[in-house]
Amino acid sequence: MKNVMGLVNLQAQEELLSALTDQRPLASLPFGGRYRLIDFPISCMVNSGIRNVGAILPTNSRSILDHLRSGKDWDLARHHKGLFYLPSVRKLKGEPDGDLQNMYSNLDFVENSSEEFVLMANSSAVYNMDFTPVMEMHLKHAADVTMVTSPAMGSDASTGIVIKAAKSGNVTDICLQQNIPKGEERALGIYFMKKQLYIELVRQAVEHGGKDFRVDVLLRAAKGCRIYAYHQKGYACRVCSIQAYYDTNLDLLNHKVWEELFLRGGAPISTKVKDMAPVRYLEGAKVKNSIVANGCEIAGTVENSILFRGVKVEPGAVIRNSIVMQNGIIGSRADIECVITDKNVVITAGKVLQGARTYPVYIDKNKRV
Amino acid sequence: MKTTCVAMILAGGQGSRLGALTKRVAKPAVSFGGKYRIIDFPLSNCAHSGIERVGVLTQYRPFELHNYLGNGDAWDLDVRAGGLFILPPYARDKGADWYQGTADAIYQNLYFISFSDPEYVLVLSGDHIYSMDYSQMIRAHKEKGAEATIAVIRVPDEEAPRFGIMNTDKKGRILEFEEKPKHPKSNLASMGIYLFSTDFLRKYLEADARKRTSSHDFGKDVIPKMLKDKAKLYAYAFDGYWKDVGTIESLWEANMDFLADVPPIDLGGRWRIRSANHSMPPHYLGPRAKVRHSMINEGSVVLGKVEHSVLSSGVHIDPGAVVTNSVLMPFARVGKGAVVDHAIVGQGSFIEPGASFKGEEDKIRVTGDETVYHADGTITEGGGSF
Repeated sequence: MKNVMGLVNLQAQEELLSALTDQRPLASLPFGGRYRLIDFPISCMVNSGIRNVGAILPTNSRSILDHLRSGKDWDLARHHKGLFYLPSVRKLKGEPDGDLQNMYSNLDFVENSSEEFVLMANSSAVYNMDFTPVMEMHLKHAADVTMVTSPAMGSDASTGIVIKAAKSGNVTDICLQQNIPKGEERALGIYFMKKQLYIELVRQAVEHGGKDFRVDVLLRAAKGCRIYAYHQKGYACRVCSIQAYYDTNLDLLNHKVWEELFLRGGAPISTKVKDMAPVRYLEGAKVKNSIVANGCEIAGTVENSILFRGVKVEPGAVIRNSIVMQNGIIGSRADIECVITDKNVVITAGKVLQGARTYPVYIDKNKRV
Repeated sequence: MKTTCVAMILAGGQGSRLGALTKRVAKPAVSFGGKYRIIDFPLSNCAHSGIERVGVLTQYRPFELHNYLGNGDAWDLDVRAGGLFILPPYARDKGADWYQGTADAIYQNLYFISFSDPEYVLVLSGDHIYSMDYSQMIRAHKEKGAEATIAVIRVPDEEAPRFGIMNTDKKGRILEFEEKPKHPKSNLASMGIYLFSTDFLRKYLEADARKRTSSHDFGKDVIPKMLKDKAKLYAYAFDGYWKDVGTIESLWEANMDFLADVPPIDLGGRWRIRSANHSMPPHYLGPRAKVRHSMINEGSVVLGKVEHSVLSSGVHIDPGAVVTNSVLMPFARVGKGAVVDHAIVGQGSFIEPGASFKGEEDKIRVTGDETVYHADGTITEGGGSF
């Protein structure tokens, strides 16, 4: 993949997660105990051998910059190539949001890169895959655009690109569909093409008043291109609603998914390293079927849950089917079930909160309950 | 700007009392506390104390240690004006020598010290677990107008005969130094942390190097000579947690110390211990896992029972296995239904299903790295000991 440059499109469709992405871009949404969604595309690119990665930033990019910094944790802090930030341009008043304008104003970066191909991925899906076979398929079929697809999981039924393809992978129909039924082949937001074609398509779409890559490039400008779909067999889920976020996190409790997603035989997902101490299990700790990140201190009961870094579970507290993000404190004898608490949430002693598996309760960042 | 202080970490010793654990790696590279290596402690102390020029003297099986240290970036020691320097023994035009002793190791690297021309040289060892602000010690050294300052810690009277004991006057000036005395006159034990004014140290090291009968050791030769000359040596009392982990039992004990309700060192606090981390996913506890009084690091999978134990990264505890009072080094695996108690299981080692690997409080059982302990009690030794 030496001849391929990576582009991560961090300006994904955020309106879908509402509360979770009110205060942060989707790309920096915490996931799986210690990761953020952006870790997945970037790690896969680096593990596939891509050494030149441009990050197309959304407007509120502080949390992304803080997470990626020099790119060192992904081996992208390099004298030659490495990680490049492609900041968003100022938009005119009243102009609707869209990712295309940003791609357009950063086309010179793509143009000046020495690679022949572009692999673009957005940061709204969770997967761990090698991109090399995508390129192989692309070359074998002399495709113009190759996109990665996989069957919808059921829980990620929300607006997205759905395709119909022949056995060979030749795409016969693309549409932007709402409520994707389970099993339907949908795009994971990963596109592979010649750099020159990418530049042409983006330019053409913007010059015709386009705003959105999916609609204006994929559905319109790319008409007449030979589009192929690469069917990704492994675990892949789009994080497109609070429910999908909840389900995808809890999927990690299936040990096979955990291993496949994070380790995949020597191609692990990397993230920012924080020097947290190992987890301390104290007297009274009863933990079953859970994922626990470093820096936690546990003296209560935890079942079927994901605890992020630095969470404190006080004596007698009970956590079931829940996601507790960084530095959360669950007070003694508090009892939460089917709850997502965002960063720095404190559940005071004795409080009882209950959601349902099909409707988890979400508690905002820094709130004290 | 003149460098105030250069730290020299003695990391070349074999650590033969750690037996199987140091067959493949030097003692400072031995894993500790689930996620750390012993050398993380002095290195983190340096970084937190503002000492940004650190030499690490290596000699015994240095590959893994060198590999671990890298350019020092994990401790923010990858700075242009200083940083981390690995100092192995080297050949000169008139031949080559190994480091003959602690003092000789520093002597052979006097050129490195002159290079940055520091006011003070801090000599540390790479086999102690503690968290200490060296800048306080430097301040005390300046205030007393000392030529050398030795950090000391009070030990229980009955244990004093195991240590180097300092006898001081009321102002902390060291009058006498006794190595492992039968009848100690005080309970101030040397922590093996020496701070010297550079010119003073150079003078003594050069003199010691010329002396054929010397064993070139700080504790045995250089410090006694300084005292004999009535040099200004002061003790600096430290009252935090400090543990020499030079033996299997003490290494095990120190690991167990961290399982207390209030751990002796706040590993993750403001003065957090830094280490060169791999990116590993958070650990996973299975549906039948039972974990109590334990410390578990990233990448581990626990499907059995773990009590009062330390699990390093990537450890696997299979269903039905029971691990108690033990330390599992990175990537160790305990098979189905196996029992591990009062033991240290070496890196990448495998306790086969159904095996029983048990020690006692004062007789901790140990496997080396990459070892397989079979169900019938036989052992297949791992590689690495060429």
